[in-house]
Amino acid sequence: MKKKSVFSRLSSSNLLLPIISLILVMAVNIIFDIASGNNPFSFFMITLQNTTSNGMVLYGRIIDILNRGSEAAILAIGMTLVVSSSAGTDISVGSVMSLCASFCCMLLAGYGVSSTTDLAVPLFVGILGGILIGVLCGAFNGTLVAVFQIQPMVATLILYSAARAIGLLLCNDLIVYVRNSSYAFFGGFLGPIPTPILITALCVLVMSLVLRRTALGMYIQSVGINRRASRISGLNSTKIIFLTYVLCGMFAGIAGIVNSSRITSADSNNIGLYLEMDAILAVALGGNSLGGGRFNLAGSIIGAYTIQAITTTLYALGVSTTQAPVFKAIIVILIVSIQSEPVKAYMKKRKAIKAA
Amino acid sequence: MEENVVLTARGISMTFPGVKALEDVDFTLRRGEIHALMGENGAGKSTLIKCLTGINDFEAGEIHIEGVNGPVKNHSTREAQNVGISTVYQEVNLCPKAENLFIGREPMTKFHTIDRKSYNKRSQKIMDELGISVDVTQNLENYSLAIQQMVAIARAVDMDCKVLILDEPTSSLDDEEVEKLFVLMRRLRDQGVGIIFVTHFLEQVYAVCDRITVLRDGHFVGEYPIADLPRVKLVAAMMGKDLNDLEEIQKESIDVRNAPVEISAKGLSHSGTVKPFDLDIHKGEVVGIAGLLGSGRSELARSIYGADKANTGTLEVDGKEVKINQPIDAMNLGMGMLPDDRKAEGIIADLSVRENIILALQARKGMFKLLSRAKQEEIADEMIRTLQVKTPTRETLIKQLSGGNQQKVILGRWLATNPDFLILDEPTRGIDVGTKAEIQKLILKLAGEGKSILFISSEISEMLRTCSRMAIMRDGEKVGELDHDLTQENVMKAIAGGEQEA
Repeated sequence: MKKKSVFSRLSSSNLLLPIISLILVMAVNIIFDIASGNNPFSFFMITLQNTTSNGMVLYGRIIDILNRGSEAAILAIGMTLVVSSSAGTDISVGSVMSLCASFCCMLLAGYGVSSTTDLAVPLFVGILGGILIGVLCGAFNGTLVAVFQIQPMVATLILYSAARAIGLLLCNDLIVYVRNSSYAFFGGFLGPIPTPILITALCVLVMSLVLRRTALGMYIQSVGINRRASRISGLNSTKIIFLTYVLCGMFAGIAGIVNSSRITSADSNNIGLYLEMDAILAVALGGNSLGGGRFNLAGSIIGAYTIQAITTTLYALGVSTTQAPVFKAIIVILIVSIQSEPVKAYMKKRKAIKAA
Repeated sequence: MEENVVLTARGISMTFPGVKALEDVDFTLRRGEIHALMGENGAGKSTLIKCLTGINDFEAGEIHIEGVNGPVKNHSTREAQNVGISTVYQEVNLCPKAENLFIGREPMTKFHTIDRKSYNKRSQKIMDELGISVDVTQNLENYSLAIQQMVAIARAVDMDCKVLILDEPTSSLDDEEVEKLFVLMRRLRDQGVGIIFVTHFLEQVYAVCDRITVLRDGHFVGEYPIADLPRVKLVAAMMGKDLNDLEEIQKESIDVRNAPVEISAKGLSHSGTVKPFDLDIHKGEVVGIAGLLGSGRSELARSIYGADKANTGTLEVDGKEVKINQPIDAMNLGMGMLPDDRKAEGIIADLSVRENIILALQARKGMFKLLSRAKQEEIADEMIRTLQVKTPTRETLIKQLSGGNQQKVILGRWLATNPDFLILDEPTRGIDVGTKAEIQKLILKLAGEGKSILFISSEISEMLRTCSRMAIMRDGEKVGELDHDLTQENVMKAIAGGEQEA
């Protein structure tokens, strides 16, 4: 048998377009750097810089993208599973992030305390508590979707609106500050590398291992493609869909703690704001159908970083924060349309004509 | 055009991708008759009706309608209505209240608003004329299905229809409601409307129809006055008695009646689909379920397997009473089921052949005991080889295979679990003759290995070749068993029931 080229392997695994999208965004950076007389590859430059607080740390636009894109990437893991199994999206993840952060900080600071430097409970209790709340939220969503068969968007709309408010309630309407270096670690640095990058890598790694070493991935896809046939073949679709929502909630919890650790506080009103949309977009940019079924985790992760790359690029280009969403939208339109069926069919036809 | 004829269709042919759905089909409808269009599932009844009503675009043939010069070719239901063909489907889709009658053609006042008064008055008049007791200002959902059905008919009739098509109108009605509907149908017939009646209830055909046209496998079998076609002959015409080249398959006459009982159902039922039944299946036995489509034969099997959870009764496997809540419970007891609807309940379209084959085995093993990739490939290759699945590779998506090969993959899925008891619901539907013979041979081979098999098929001949006993289903009820003198004629007589003269 002829050995397949890397290119044809990539294109058959549906990762080609997400990667092209990411490369396109990088190309914009290169062009801009050339135009403004910088080193054309300054986008890719990674340097060690000395900071007063963290010592020698890695610095560069790529590091920045990987670092800032962490939350969206972590959320995208869970979102991918949810989309695959239930052909719906969990729009509560942003709010759940905020709730988990609030609960974690409340545990660490003690109820009603608005600012602390000493931890009220051991650090791991707070972290586990925060993640546990995420799991509970996921279980709640999962029950509504899998057991009561409510449409995912409607079911998750409940926590979308409520979770943030519950978090504020837990914090006694305060922004709770945990000014403790051990807590700041999760949003800070491990040696020269930003911790969020490592946490994301760990999440992706563990999830990929689970998908590779157990039948979970196959079960999820099978249920997402044909729930009735899966049931006849012995799968408990209710359990499987429920599990994907629980996992999604857990990843929301992790993302919430990372985000809160960055600012060493639980700012209920801002943590995870609009991030659910980025997570959903990441799944779509990753070449996954929002109609459920087959999924590609790597695609979603690439999608998440593509979104962050767009944002970072726009800021680097000097686009103001208020105007960035407009340009972001334009780029997303481009990326989504090159992945759309009519465009794909057109390209195929062109290729066929060329070949003939 | 012949005297009294309102609609003729001549030589209608139509192909769906890969399937010849109708080939050279004739149909004639006369004024003032109720004409049953009969045939098994897939015979082409719905396809023909959709050709008449403009939903399907047929390729060859002509349709003539009284009062219209030249052949008619409808392109939408609206066009069909304009030439006088109205249809009432099984699922009634009605808006509330009297609005139903005039939707799309509401009486207007001079201010271009809907004229409520004349609207309600006219509606009530139509209802009264047809003898439908309904208050047109009430919401329709407050009325029974039969009334809703009748309002749908009234709407059709009011549009000056010459041809009224009723597609399975009685399937969700009870006996009393059916009778009411028949009264209305007869009344319309006497007014000169030609009615095409599609149903799978034989009793109803004989209760209300004047004439029968039978289709089979997309072909026109014949048109008969009701008196010339007793039940048994109708069933024979619908099923076809062709003794084909599968003749050489012969079951070995091993007596399994002394073998231990593998499956024993007592009083099992599923509400609304199958009435309580008893059934014993011995080790190594192939038991057939014979009955017309919709007679509850699939439902019987599903209630054993837990695909539809049984509401009453008990089930014993190997002499032990068991409780089955869902398919996985049945699988853990060594059962497997190949469902009749391959697309909806069989294939996982976007998964590969390999994944489709190992799915049931993996489900039984559990999530955490993933079969190694090498093992998966070994099982898949083995099944592809033994069942001769024609697939480019084992990683090809199952949706890219032909129907017959998809079926073999699903069969492979169950063989991989090495079941003691296998339910095969229409395993040979839509499969070519050669593959059919292979599957029948396989059934006998599995039985020879001591597996018990419950075999459901619309083709009596293939059950005759494989089964040592047959359960007979009629209208959701198991009405008997045949274990000797298994012949086509006896089975069909049993299926038809009623008067036994032929």
